[in-house]
Amino acid sequence: MTQQRVRVRALMPPGHVRTPAYLRGKTGTIERPLGAFPNPEALAYGHPGEPRDLFRVRFRMGDLWADATHPDDTLDAEIYAHWLEPLKD
Amino acid sequence: MPHDHHDALSPSGHPYRPDDDTPLTYWQTLEIAVRELLIEKGVTTAADIAAQIDRMDARSPANGATVVARAWTDPEFHARLMLDASAACAEMGFDIGPLRLIAVENTATVHNVIVCTLCSCYPRNLLGLPPDWYKSRAYRSRTVREPRAVLAEFGLTLPDATTVRVHDSTADMRYIVIPARPADTLGWSADRLATLVSRDSMIGTATARPALA
Repeated sequence: MTQQRVRVRALMPPGHVRTPAYLRGKTGTIERPLGAFPNPEALAYGHPGEPRDLFRVRFRMGDLWADATHPDDTLDAEIYAHWLEPLKD
Repeated sequence: MPHDHHDALSPSGHPYRPDDDTPLTYWQTLEIAVRELLIEKGVTTAADIAAQIDRMDARSPANGATVVARAWTDPEFHARLMLDASAACAEMGFDIGPLRLIAVENTATVHNVIVCTLCSCYPRNLLGLPPDWYKSRAYRSRTVREPRAVLAEFGLTLPDATTVRVHDSTADMRYIVIPARPADTLGWSADRLATLVSRDSMIGTATARPALA
């Protein structure tokens, strides 16, 4: 099974989100699914927070930073499904 | 002069520490007001709050060191830890509550390091309160940008052949690094091995301490 490639949506919504700005618009692979967790974007405002699927996404440093000294080093972050778009490759 | 001691040492040899006479911030005032209201309305008690602070202070990196040393000496526990670290730690009495723990393991070719760029997420059930530098803007912003330079400032210079894996705790996971077991520790008990496991080695800014000859 090949690793599912995904792109983080390049959105800049106001308010509380858990997707770091430095990863928006970047491409990585699903490292593992984590299951569903209450959506922090709703929890932050006192709303119930419906469960949303969460994934660990692995990025190559070279895909994050043009001047990375070690481009094959990696960065993993937890990103909610509604922030990810699958790529055909 | 009786008050001319700002740079001097006390009779017992300790530096004088200036009194913290600055006014409370808005948020400090708010915290006191909410706490007093919760006590006044019977939602909690001062004794409950003190007991909770005691529980928080009792958690220390010694918890994490126990987990690491067991992983080094008990292959079945190691397998459970890598599969589901929350459950494996809970069976040792270190419950992480509603959060989820992931163990990442250093090997001869991979070095892991943990950061939380958005705030200061930290595996408090295993390591206690985070050090101040972990919460600093410099550590949080630079570790995802130039991890090797940050690690070098901690005294850890990694060979080019080692892959560095940075883990940004952005949501509901917490992470602990399982450092590589030091050389020349064959036959050591888990208790003795735990003395080699520092807090920083479980964050990933250091390796485990070497066994002294």
